[in-house]
Amino acid sequence: MDITSESHSQHISRQFNHELEELKTHLMAMGGLVEKQVQDAVGALLESDSHLAERVVENDRAVNDMQIKIDEECTQVLARRQPTASDLRLVLAVIRAASDLERIGDEASKIARNAIELISADTGHRGFVEVRMISEHVRRMVRDALTSFARLDTELALKLVHEDDEVDSEYGSAMRSLMTFMMEDARSISSVLSVMWILRALERIGDHANNLAEYVVYLVKGLDIRHTDPDDLDEQSIVTRKR
Amino acid sequence: MSDLMPPAMAPSGTILAFKREASCLEIEGLCLAYGDKTALRDVTLRVPRHRVTAFIGPSGCGKSTLLRALNRLHDLNEDVVRQGRIRLEGSDIHGPEMDVAQLRRRVGMVFQAPNPFPMSIYDNVAFGLRLQGGLRKRQLDDAVEEALTAAALWEEVKDRLRASAWTLSGGQQQRLVIARTLAVGPEVLLLDEPASALDPISTLKIEELIRNLKASLTLVLVTHNMQQAARVSDYTAFLQQGELVEYGPTDSLFTNPRLARTENYITGRMA
Repeated sequence: MDITSESHSQHISRQFNHELEELKTHLMAMGGLVEKQVQDAVGALLESDSHLAERVVENDRAVNDMQIKIDEECTQVLARRQPTASDLRLVLAVIRAASDLERIGDEASKIARNAIELISADTGHRGFVEVRMISEHVRRMVRDALTSFARLDTELALKLVHEDDEVDSEYGSAMRSLMTFMMEDARSISSVLSVMWILRALERIGDHANNLAEYVVYLVKGLDIRHTDPDDLDEQSIVTRKR
Repeated sequence: MSDLMPPAMAPSGTILAFKREASCLEIEGLCLAYGDKTALRDVTLRVPRHRVTAFIGPSGCGKSTLLRALNRLHDLNEDVVRQGRIRLEGSDIHGPEMDVAQLRRRVGMVFQAPNPFPMSIYDNVAFGLRLQGGLRKRQLDDAVEEALTAAALWEEVKDRLRASAWTLSGGQQQRLVIARTLAVGPEVLLLDEPASALDPISTLKIEELIRNLKASLTLVLVTHNMQQAARVSDYTAFLQQGELVEYGPTDSLFTNPRLARTENYITGRMA
């Protein structure tokens, strides 16, 4: 059976409603922080703001703490409530989503660390156009993934699953042009490699946003679409509402 | 569970056909009323052989009525009006050739409260066999040991078979009752809330027993405890107000039920 945003607030036990609401609220708060971390990490690079980059690295601890808190809350719900059906799927989706958000946080921290190196080396802005373009794309994906989670919107989630391929191809072409820079000017290798690491981190963030979208489909529909080619998905059954 | 079939869905929401699992019991269009009070409305389902099928639902939904219909316990109540058919291994259990005593030997029943007879442990298990007659002392001893072993009670009682059944704990008494039922070699075991009066450890022993028994029997379990149904059954049927709402593999019914009525019940939501 499909669920709606109100589904988790209709239990006879109000305490259970409250516990499930808390899980969702805390996941969204973690998502908000992670989204900001990605934005700040890329912003620090593009604006040459090493203080901001250092703050991103420090804040990663807060992201990790939030994951531990959410995991603990999920453990309590599993132990005390033995949830079933959509309640069980919510708890599982939240555990998985928190893990992906934590990994996005790690990637943001990697971007910030590479930004610090690039700012201190001050060797020009090669590849920054690509970083800006891909970062805008993956940040939108993370935001949309969180929105689809909050609204249980499978249509938006499916759109993201398809979008990940676009990021992968943007990443591929950015890597090819950076390779050309390295071949043309050996002195640029060190700084171009740092930019490549940043692009790699952004590409991974896109993958994690894609995972979040897959959890939304699992949560709402009970369908596990992980490891399924997006072109093979039965979109009609994922988007249309069942009885 | 890879050995379980993908069930064919009927438009009504119930599952009518099990593709790969042979049916032991087939219930078809069963309606049952106590006088003018309807208890079951047009219930159709198949109970697969050598599997545990659980009936769940709120009080008064008809799950116990359905269970009792399977070995004709309602025959004792003159107010009961019944329509529809129940087949055991293809034979109509209400057919003229079906002997009720024989049916109840083939389809045994265990109730909520353990009900050992006021006699020794041995005599409880031997009771049905003695009624059937034809066994020598040695054969009877072997059959009693076999039934108690199958009910996972032998090790606990083998040194005090002549003690009164009342000296056993509640959980042991329930396993004794199961042994008494198993002794006459049933094909189906009906269990009506078999663990609801037991402590958690005794409950787990009964659940373990149910799991082990399905190698040799078909089991049908009625329970209020949804976690218990989820733990031990292969198939679950959800009944509400005398109707079969949803029936399917336990694996999917507790993770992704198809109907909102089922979801609301198993997750404890207001209808």
